[in-house]
Amino acid sequence: MRDLLNKLGKPLEVKLDSAALAQSQAPTTQGSPKAGRDAKHDSAHKHVAGAAQYIDDRFPHAGQLYGCVGKSPHAHARVISMNLDKVRAAPGVLCVITADDIPGHLDIGPVFPGDMLLVKDKVEFVGQPLFAVAAESHAAARRAVKLAEVEYEVLPATLTIEDALQQQLFVRPPHQMRLGEPETALANAPNRLHGDIEVGGQEHFYLEGQISLAIPEEDGGMHIFASSQHPSEVQKLVAEVLDVPFNRITVDVRRMGGGFGGKETQAAPWACLAAVLARKSGRPVKFRLSRSDDMEMTGKRHHFHNLFDVGFDDEGRILGADITVNGLCGYSPDLSDAIVDRAMFHSDNAYFLANASITGNRCKTHTVSNTAFRGFGGPQGMMAAEAMIEAIARRVGKDPVEIRLLNYYREDHERYDFKQGGYDVTPYHQKVEQNLIPLMTRKLMADADYHARKAAIRAFNASSPILKKGLALTPVKFGISFTVQHLNQAGALIHIYTDGSIHLNHGGTEMGQGLYTKVAQIVAQEFQVDVDNIVVSAARTDKVPNTSPTAASSGTDLNGKAAQNAAQTIKGRLIEFACEQYQVTPEQVYFADNNVHVGEKAFPFAEFIQQAYMGRVSLSATGFYKTPKIHYDRDTASGRPFFYFANGVAASEVVVDTLTGEYKVLRADILHDVGKSLNPAIDIGQIEGGFIQGMGWLTTEEVCWDANGRLLSNSPANYKIPTLGDLPEVLNVELLPNEPNREETIYHSKAVGEPPFMLAISVWCALKDAISSLTDYRIDPPLHTPSTPEKVLAAVEATLSAAKGE
Amino acid sequence: MIRFLLNDDALELDNFDPDLTILEFLRTNKGLTGTKEGCASGDCGACTAVIATEENGALAYRSINTCITFLGGLHGKQLITVEYLNRRGALHPVQQAMVDQHGSQCGFCTPGFVMSLYALYQHKQQKADTRACSRQEGEAYLAGNLCRCTGYRPILDAARQATSPEQLAQIKEDEAAICARLAAIKAQGPGSVTREDQGVTKHFHLPTNLDQLAQFYDAAPSARLLAGGTDLALEVTQQLKQLDNIIYVGAVDEMNALTVTEDTLEIGAAVTYERAMSALSQEYPDIEPFLERLGSMQVRNQGTLGGNIGNASPIGDMPPVLLALNAVLTLRKGEQSRRLPLDQFFLDYKKTALQPGEFIASISIPRARPDASLHLYKVSKRLEDDISAVCLACYLKIENGSVAEIRLGVGGMAAIPKRAMLTEQAMLQQPWTPDTIQAAQTAIMQEFSPLSDVRASADYRRKVAANLLQRLYIESADGAVATRVFHYA
Repeated sequence: MRDLLNKLGKPLEVKLDSAALAQSQAPTTQGSPKAGRDAKHDSAHKHVAGAAQYIDDRFPHAGQLYGCVGKSPHAHARVISMNLDKVRAAPGVLCVITADDIPGHLDIGPVFPGDMLLVKDKVEFVGQPLFAVAAESHAAARRAVKLAEVEYEVLPATLTIEDALQQQLFVRPPHQMRLGEPETALANAPNRLHGDIEVGGQEHFYLEGQISLAIPEEDGGMHIFASSQHPSEVQKLVAEVLDVPFNRITVDVRRMGGGFGGKETQAAPWACLAAVLARKSGRPVKFRLSRSDDMEMTGKRHHFHNLFDVGFDDEGRILGADITVNGLCGYSPDLSDAIVDRAMFHSDNAYFLANASITGNRCKTHTVSNTAFRGFGGPQGMMAAEAMIEAIARRVGKDPVEIRLLNYYREDHERYDFKQGGYDVTPYHQKVEQNLIPLMTRKLMADADYHARKAAIRAFNASSPILKKGLALTPVKFGISFTVQHLNQAGALIHIYTDGSIHLNHGGTEMGQGLYTKVAQIVAQEFQVDVDNIVVSAARTDKVPNTSPTAASSGTDLNGKAAQNAAQTIKGRLIEFACEQYQVTPEQVYFADNNVHVGEKAFPFAEFIQQAYMGRVSLSATGFYKTPKIHYDRDTASGRPFFYFANGVAASEVVVDTLTGEYKVLRADILHDVGKSLNPAIDIGQIEGGFIQGMGWLTTEEVCWDANGRLLSNSPANYKIPTLGDLPEVLNVELLPNEPNREETIYHSKAVGEPPFMLAISVWCALKDAISSLTDYRIDPPLHTPSTPEKVLAAVEATLSAAKGE
Repeated sequence: MIRFLLNDDALELDNFDPDLTILEFLRTNKGLTGTKEGCASGDCGACTAVIATEENGALAYRSINTCITFLGGLHGKQLITVEYLNRRGALHPVQQAMVDQHGSQCGFCTPGFVMSLYALYQHKQQKADTRACSRQEGEAYLAGNLCRCTGYRPILDAARQATSPEQLAQIKEDEAAICARLAAIKAQGPGSVTREDQGVTKHFHLPTNLDQLAQFYDAAPSARLLAGGTDLALEVTQQLKQLDNIIYVGAVDEMNALTVTEDTLEIGAAVTYERAMSALSQEYPDIEPFLERLGSMQVRNQGTLGGNIGNASPIGDMPPVLLALNAVLTLRKGEQSRRLPLDQFFLDYKKTALQPGEFIASISIPRARPDASLHLYKVSKRLEDDISAVCLACYLKIENGSVAEIRLGVGGMAAIPKRAMLTEQAMLQQPWTPDTIQAAQTAIMQEFSPLSDVRASADYRRKVAANLLQRLYIESADGAVATRVFHYA
């Protein structure tokens, strides 16, 4: 028996199960939706019935109050005086707080200091919160805050990247990456081009706005319901703001009505304000932002201005590049250090730059603090690479796709030694492994009939004086892992109850991406039970502690592995019990088809669990996972920040009206790499949704400000995300078959949340292709983004006049 | 008191704030939280519900944005929310289709989509339209619902699944019974709401005929007239105004009338875009694709021609069209009526020729003539449900190769919707040639000094207005040249 126990020590257990899985229980098992199948979203039935509960749908508690903040009308100003008498006297108002009422920390900066929960003396963006009220209704609170009398001394505001650069105003110091000898390579290159690309920001426009509900508990504690991607950080910040230990605060996140990064750090202030108001009033307080407040007061995707200086040979092969990415961060660091880093990590996209210098600036402006948004700077960085490719293509007179193929990191079988270690080294010295992009490009070109369509488009353009079509194919290589190493960990908690039903918790939050469904599938796979047997409950800080945000596409990679680990722990105990009870060896115990097979016998899962309970087996376990292999030394800007890369290619076709700049995306073909898919339907949902969201970012979604730093695009009436009408008439999406992740990820799948977003860069390139046709493809259209009809028309005119000046 | 059906329940309500929105009522007063608030401005569709009204003995089902619809207007109608659809336990075919096609991700917009799909389902079932839902139909019914997660493909597929002949045969509402219940409500008399609130008496009036309306409004000219409310409600939900006295024109019989005479279309000011669309499009085919881009289905189901004019926004889409068509308004104040050509109605930014207590009763539009044509152009950032950066409407008659008659209505180019008179002069009696167009382009660039704003710069607006004249010429000169990216095959 002792021998057996030793054999069943944890490492062996895990090994045994992994091997068994790989051989006999691969995710292709027929039957109910386990891993690898198209399981429905776990809440789909509730969504369609209006029965899925969001925080605003909770029945109000007796005495519940509603919060709202008073905010700054100036971008940069000193607060001289603040008289809130009228606010306090307003109908329905029960509680008013200012910075002086905050018991603990005033600064809730998530990584670096700089985010004051309420401002005391200096405001740094239009919409910055100065005070908060709690009133008997949402409307009463909103009306009351307008009654404040605040005197300001208005200060000059820095509002643009150019101004910030000129004043050397940064929220964090610049950072640089280097590969080879870029200066020499550029100086010696036979061809050299300078260029720039403006990449506009983006409003998250999650359909459910920011919301938190704080319920006071005993001992100064607080139970918080938050619409947050990062419950543990909300817990930490609420505790610090209230000046209580973390263990007094519980944060509960069942689901969000969309997040997209906008609720990674920026859900916390509203939870903190709700908590302070709840503490002071002694009542539950719900804090919900109106749409216009949400759009004005929360950060967006960073606007970037990227510059490049590239040297290349006559074929268009890049010999060296000097790239600068300038991110507009807003008034505080928030996550901007890591975001601009990720822009830098992706400014090569899929191309070997040979000799490269990449500089990232974190520009400080008197605007709202920009934050995480699907891709986390990656998309903006990638635009530098693609702008460079496009410019080279027009210069050497080739189809841009040829320049792409020429400059891709080499495929494995093509790799050969090169002084710097081969054509597979990124500017941060990570080797590109399992490089699928060249293969995927060729496959998509064939599947989407690229060459024939390109020829047809040329013919169309020759005979169509006003409308011009364009077609472009672009790749995405996206690094998977948090670049902040310690975040790459996750925990899970599984209980099996005596009826055999399974209760699953993990640190990941559900914002629509299907994480709960996928992790439930993984646990179902491990126990070989139907997925309906598993309930994934809300992410709660009192169940799984010290979690990382659900971000960086890592939700399934991290939490799936942690849940698998927990499941395998319980399985190990069950196997051990079976061996004792039925005198069999571990090899004779296996789980299949809702049964536990023990030698010749088979017990329904629930029955066997009942036996195990009677046999006093612990049916609850935690699981843990940390991503292996990753490291990055920021001082030398080198290492392996990414566990692996997720890849995709897209070909988009557009038609442009050269009289108005209006356009339409006619067709898009996508081939995307998700390794071995855990759930093809959910993965395709992420790919299509990401593509359309990316298309919005590059086309119609224009964040507009006035000269005083006030947001003009503050409502869906004047900020236009795609509608059904923008869906390409033809949209073909394929998951790359037969390429499981070579790394040991959960069942060799790959992350899918962010990478497809950048497939939409093909739309921007297709617009450029259409415009460039006006000059027989000689001129590279200076098309900045978002490429609204106005920008397209401007590019049409600039392209035509550049051709005249040739 | 007002009486209406909330799903299956007959409700009698009084003593509520006249500016209470349906969404607020559902979520706060009734605890029906399936209907979501996404924007509270009628732009996202998360709060979509369906209103069924009795019309000529049958029920008409229309989707609306409950966030910008006041409760009082529900008198005599059935309000259908998402909770109604699976009241028998099983999912409705439109709900099942959304599940089957993976049409929900975060789920927040989903109930709104489900209700828009339900309106489509009812529409196709009533019309016995068994053709698969087309892309265009899908856009018409669903483009007013924003989804940030899916990218819409699975939702369009759900629309197709749910409207197959087999699915359309699945659930039939008992329309006769509902009609009877609504008729019984109406038989109990018109609705009216009074609220006593801290010494203030608030009203929601629902006059049923023109005389009554004229009387109410003349007596209280500071009251707010409510038609579709798609703009008025924003004062409540966005500017936090409290409206204490509302007169709803939607129950006025005469203002809902649509009459075709020998020479004109007479359209009651409370006729919605949706109801006006077919009559207008029959006369002027360009109006159909143009109106399909005005707001969303929810907005077209609520918004009225009269409201679009009375609101006097410089970026409303109908005024330029009606200016080009030489529409004439019938205005009413007390017992007095007068007729006023539309081009004399708009005085300055949001200022009109209406006297206090005076309102638009109807709009008279000349019918189409075989020798003239109407051309409509709208340029906006987004195809669907967006406000024009520039709108150009052109009524054109060419005789013997020269311009015999031209009227250009423009939107987005000035503080008011306006005729481009100087441009018209540059074209009138001139040969229909590129030279004339060039002269007109110069004229239109000089005639207007538009604003730069969130929708477009002044420069772009001017350029586009000029280029649209070129498009007009090309389209009239050579039908073979493709000039529009929308509805482009």
